[in-house]
Amino acid sequence: MRRSMLFIPGNNPSMIQNAPILGADSIILDLEDAVSIDEKDSARFLVRNALLELDFNGCEKVVRINSINTELGYEDIDVIAKVKPDALLVPKATEDAIKEIDELISTIEGEEGFKLGSIKLIPLIETAFGVEDVFNIVKSSKRVAAVLLGAEDLTADMEIKRTKEGEEIFYARSRIVSACKALKVDAIDTPFTDINDFEGLKRDCQRAKLIGMTGKAAVNPRQIDTINEVFSPSMEDIEWAKRVIAAYDEAQREGKGVFSLDGKMVDAPVLARAKNVLEKAKAIGLIKE
Amino acid sequence: MINAVKRELPEYIEGYGKVKPFIGAYENIGEVKKTSVKIKSVKPGENKVLPSLRDALLKCGIEDGKTLSFHHHLRNGDYVLNMVLEEVAKLGIKDIKVAASSIFPCHAPLVEHIKNGVVTQIYTNYMSGLVAEAVSYGFLKYPAIMHTHGGRARAIESGDLRIDIAFIAAPTCDTYGNINGVEGKSACGSLGYAIPDAMYAERVVAITDNLVDYPACPIEISQEYVDYIVKVDAIGDPKGIVSGTTRITKDPVGLKIAKLAAQLIDESGLLKDGFSFQTGAGGTSLAVAAYVKDIMKRKNIKGSFAAGGITGYIVEMFEEGLFKTLFDVQCFDLKAVESYKNNKAHQGMSASMYGNPHNKGAVVNNLDVMILGATEIDTDFNVNVTTGSNGIIMGGSGGHSDTAAGAKLAIVVTQLTKARLPIIVDRVTTVTTPGETIDAVVTERGIAINPKRKDLLERLKDSNLPIFTIEELKNMAERLTGVPEKIEFDERIVAVVEYRDGTVIDVVRQVR
Repeated sequence: MRRSMLFIPGNNPSMIQNAPILGADSIILDLEDAVSIDEKDSARFLVRNALLELDFNGCEKVVRINSINTELGYEDIDVIAKVKPDALLVPKATEDAIKEIDELISTIEGEEGFKLGSIKLIPLIETAFGVEDVFNIVKSSKRVAAVLLGAEDLTADMEIKRTKEGEEIFYARSRIVSACKALKVDAIDTPFTDINDFEGLKRDCQRAKLIGMTGKAAVNPRQIDTINEVFSPSMEDIEWAKRVIAAYDEAQREGKGVFSLDGKMVDAPVLARAKNVLEKAKAIGLIKE
Repeated sequence: MINAVKRELPEYIEGYGKVKPFIGAYENIGEVKKTSVKIKSVKPGENKVLPSLRDALLKCGIEDGKTLSFHHHLRNGDYVLNMVLEEVAKLGIKDIKVAASSIFPCHAPLVEHIKNGVVTQIYTNYMSGLVAEAVSYGFLKYPAIMHTHGGRARAIESGDLRIDIAFIAAPTCDTYGNINGVEGKSACGSLGYAIPDAMYAERVVAITDNLVDYPACPIEISQEYVDYIVKVDAIGDPKGIVSGTTRITKDPVGLKIAKLAAQLIDESGLLKDGFSFQTGAGGTSLAVAAYVKDIMKRKNIKGSFAAGGITGYIVEMFEEGLFKTLFDVQCFDLKAVESYKNNKAHQGMSASMYGNPHNKGAVVNNLDVMILGATEIDTDFNVNVTTGSNGIIMGGSGGHSDTAAGAKLAIVVTQLTKARLPIIVDRVTTVTTPGETIDAVVTERGIAINPKRKDLLERLKDSNLPIFTIEELKNMAERLTGVPEKIEFDERIVAVVEYRDGTVIDVVRQVR
């Protein structure tokens, strides 16, 4: 479950220490943009030690490494993969980069005795090329568990203005969602950068959810509640799903293949959607087993 | 001897007297006596307005060993305490006892008077800044006596604390001694802490920078208590008196704590029509109020009252109809001052009405929920808000012990660790508030309920709240910080911490 993925600067010990209690499903410890070039080494070791020592309270532990276009990216992988994060977030991901990182991690997993494939990859799609190639990027490694859209870099690359309404990224969002759904991985939406506009954040989450995004990155802990709320099944959804399952069970008992609820036919896709809603609700504790 | 919170105390403390040990928060309540006061009555035609502070001191019979009292409504902007003591020093007077309801960093000049023997004893409910440091390092001749807000009122009313001259900083005063805090350039709102002083001091001097024609309106402290009036240029710095706005924290950890505290209040069953509530002016406390406000609005709950020091945020809740009335002992910001001035249901209360355990029922007794802070809390739920991690005095009870004792649910909200130190410890450095009056501790990593509150634990057992034992929370903190070394103290007692009933709950020893 990756409703909310919170970016935490990899060079800030107190923020790292408190990150696991803020309610995010995933914590992204950032070694890339949040860390200035003269702090890269110390941040890398701080994040390494945090992964070794801190109780992450069940949060997914993700580390955004530097690009492997520089030596920094390789050093990050070498140090971080050895302490087994749940996933690495790969900036400006390309198919070649994902394949190369996959191999590097496989070697480390072998050396360290970790289960092969246990460290996942999350490509960060933030170039026009990345958007156009997203299907191949996801397909290039079995480690890929989700895709994160990085709209700030993407719009810079495309030389277009980034807006709160986000019409300019509609295509990118849709393309990523389509590839992710096709390959059964999570599609994580770009952060909303105005950290004091909670109404705007909510609308942005709703737009992303409407077209199939499954979660959203957060750049401030105060955004987590809103993101979690939008990307969790609503109580109405849960009630509907329970009724679908109840009607299905009844139809099974009566030997009916097809049945209807509230005058609408319930077929396999509707049933699957209902099951999916209940699974999500269970996973986040909205309903008990 | 050992008191009820397991503190070892001497039988007698030089400069304080015989020690009455703390025996339990509710053990020392019942029949009590109030003291009588010797006053000087006024003939028709007498003029109360004097040309200078010096004249007032002389008229009041200032001499060595007198006890002078001050209120702290002008907070860190107060000029009055410093100007009075400067004049006292100029007169060559020594051995003065200062009974100031609180002492702030702005009172740093008091340190010189302590060193020169002009001031040899302090009674206060809270002190921070250089005076607190000077006391901690042993410069004061006799131990400071630290009260609670309600306990100070009790001490004055019982005669335990006898005030010779009360100096009342008056934002507005008329020529016959009627005082209010809502008009004038130094307006600070309610004058609740000054009321016991005015009623029980032998002499009362109003010091004002807004002398108005008789009669002033409204009247909070009336002419029947005031002997003399002195006009000065300024009684305080408005910037330090009240802050422009009080803000909710943006710190995500503070917000997490606040949200958990609000959920606990909701689950406790107390958040229903008729709800009463008090919280401090700190960012996290205000955030609790904000989350409580959301719940009240969502569930359409109409509260009864909010009390204590009043902030603009609480005023907003009141104006939105979430509380029927406010009980205000002190205004924390300009919005609160405005509301106190203009709204009849925003009522003032004296320190005694607020928290005195020895009157016929204080407002704290009617509180449902109180939100409190802590510098340290121990596994017996005893709270320290008196000394810091270095053993130096940096606060005091204020209303902490009073509200904890009165409220049905007293919640301490605190980060589990601060500045790499664990906040939950085996034994607090100084006990300010006894654990028997604390019901819950809320931290960012979980909640601990006092095991004495079996009813609350039972009620919460099916909730989704992250409930741990206090020992489990302590272990979580120590896992992050390690166990700090103990602070070393000398034997000498520099402050006596009195519980609200006048018994001794702890002492503070001189730091090395």
